[in-house]
Amino acid sequence: MQYAVKAWSNGTARAGVLQLGSSCPCPLEIETPSLLLPTRKCLPRFISPDLLPSLPSPDSRLLQFSPLHFLEGLSTQTISNLGGLHQMLCLHEYGLVAVPRDSIQCLPASEGTNKVGASFETPCGRCLIKPKEYMEMISSMRPDIWVTLADEVPTWVSAKRNSSSVDRTIRWLDECIALRPVQNQCGDIFGSIVGGANVQQRQLCAEEVAKRNVSGYWIGGFGLGESMDERPALLKAVCDNLPEEKPRLVCGLGLPEEVLQGVAAGIDLFDTTYIYHITIGGFALTFPLDKIGVSELIPYSSDIGSDQTKINLRATVYRKDTTPVVQNCSCYTCKNHTKAYINHLLNVHEMLAQILLEIHNTHHFLGFFHLIREAIKEGKFEQFREKFIHDRREHLAASAVHV
Amino acid sequence: MNWPRALLTDSGGFQMVSLLHLADITEKGVTFQSPVDGKPMLLTPEESIQIQNRIGADIIMALDDVVRTTITGPRIEEATYRTLRWIDRCIAAHRRPNEQNLFGIVQGGLDPVLRDICVRGLVERNLPGYAIGGLSGGEDKDSFWRVVAQCTAALPEDKPRYVMGVGYPLDIVVCSALGADMYDCVYPTRTARFGTALVPEGVLKLKHQAMANDTRPIDPSCNCMVCKKYSRAYIHCLVTKDAMGSQLLSYHNLFFMMKLSSDLHASIVRGRFPEFVCKFLQKMFPEGDVPEWVCNAMEVAGIDISSCCSPFSSLPDYSNSEVPTDF
Repeated sequence: MQYAVKAWSNGTARAGVLQLGSSCPCPLEIETPSLLLPTRKCLPRFISPDLLPSLPSPDSRLLQFSPLHFLEGLSTQTISNLGGLHQMLCLHEYGLVAVPRDSIQCLPASEGTNKVGASFETPCGRCLIKPKEYMEMISSMRPDIWVTLADEVPTWVSAKRNSSSVDRTIRWLDECIALRPVQNQCGDIFGSIVGGANVQQRQLCAEEVAKRNVSGYWIGGFGLGESMDERPALLKAVCDNLPEEKPRLVCGLGLPEEVLQGVAAGIDLFDTTYIYHITIGGFALTFPLDKIGVSELIPYSSDIGSDQTKINLRATVYRKDTTPVVQNCSCYTCKNHTKAYINHLLNVHEMLAQILLEIHNTHHFLGFFHLIREAIKEGKFEQFREKFIHDRREHLAASAVHV
Repeated sequence: MNWPRALLTDSGGFQMVSLLHLADITEKGVTFQSPVDGKPMLLTPEESIQIQNRIGADIIMALDDVVRTTITGPRIEEATYRTLRWIDRCIAAHRRPNEQNLFGIVQGGLDPVLRDICVRGLVERNLPGYAIGGLSGGEDKDSFWRVVAQCTAALPEDKPRYVMGVGYPLDIVVCSALGADMYDCVYPTRTARFGTALVPEGVLKLKHQAMANDTRPIDPSCNCMVCKKYSRAYIHCLVTKDAMGSQLLSYHNLFFMMKLSSDLHASIVRGRFPEFVCKFLQKMFPEGDVPEWVCNAMEVAGIDISSCCSPFSSLPDYSNSEVPTDF
């Protein structure tokens, strides 16, 4: 794996290039800041494998998965025999990033975690994963990047619990590195950084992890109870103490505003379940994707759960709407289907609704990341960020006036 | 739907009777409880055809009075004659006869006399195509094939014959030998959602523990995306737990059915249909234990399958049971 920063904006926001599979004939080059697509057992939740290539490339080629997805079913030996996950899933042109927490079905259960291993709530019940077991999974799966085992705690735990989570995470990082197989084919390491909502602990953890020989950093413990206002200080405490030339991946920052927060602090990769939640709610993202950010004439109506950023396709107002979800969107869904059709599919409980929505929402969100990168390269990231947030809140101001 | 290819709509009659509560059939039509708000609704032949006219499918089905073949008594006779009265109402209500092909549906239960009356009545109306209805509702296979054989023998040669609700690959091969052309069934996708794949040997239950570490594809001879990319072990860990498992298995099963149709067609065109049937039966019944009903049907169809039948005793029908997994 190789990473290089190419441009800066406003001090800490940066655009870079991540290269994976340098030993392959065609290495994957991803521009950052970038989105990791969440998967379930290495395939999207809904988008079928034959439609995955219809998403923008190479933006859509970084997939996140949790090794814990494979706890039930096939053994690590079988995964090994099949040659690892790229072979097993026929995903040779994709970058696979292993992160134990997947924020939907593999949630850190901090009360179950002890000094021996990290506990997760999974569909197979609560599981305690020790570094040794974790490394067995990683070495059989051979992802491009893997994150070390961490003890993530929510923000309401005691200071003592929080500080022991930092100690454990660092200890497990060293154990995972030590347990790495000698032949070293299992991918590049991202060291995990925790520390909850405590700025000192965050700083301490970052400093320690920065001393280790890792290729990048995974910043965990977010989306577990901290408020958006607390976050900038915490992110700064971490990023200020990490070397600039290595990539940073953060988990738990999903909303566009949160992504912008992360980018401003110097984060390069985002692992978020935002698209999943939007999709299963029956929403389609519609916020404008032009640089100027002109608010489009999307009618705002709180009755049907639509606003300037997304529409609720279950609403009856779309029953006869034969326009695509977003005019001029080049995704498979908007090129082939209409709001009326998706509304119908939702009403008759057809899975095709989620498939079409996940395609569009992923496409749209990837477009958002593209805008972020362009803004950074032009040195106008803060401007872009302010305008974006302002436009999203405009409808609230407008409706306040109407009432 | 953005579907540029052919479409066929059913009349709605069967779905109502089989899927909804309180369905009541009278001369006017079928009264049922609306799935939207629970209010009583009436679907008449006229209404069904009007809705189908608006949907615009290439082939539309008449509203028929369906009875299950497991029922006996005067109800079957009533259904037979009512179907004929309703076909006239359907024809009269059909506003787009030059764009949409209205198929009539032969009813009559398992009674050859009633079936004959119904066939003759429909053929008189000179419809673009004919369906054989009321089957695949639990009747025994021996009765099933005889009804199909009787109908295909009596229906015009130059019009399509559509056996509704069929079905299992074996049933399709038999009915095709007897002269049927079209089929529809929920079986391939429904069985996929339960974790079962269709293979030449029969079925493969992917959720069985034995599949958990099987690194072979579902069917080594299959060219579908699923068999080319994924192993049984991977599909095993998906089925019944992740929607993607249902998607991938449905994809494979549909591909399987389409290949079966394509192979049937090609073998007939090339004059090698009996050989195809024999190979098909040999794969499915490697011990030669082809069910008796299949042998009888093939005899009537004039297809010699003696090469794949061992001298039979009265063996149970294994055509849809699971195969051992270590073949």
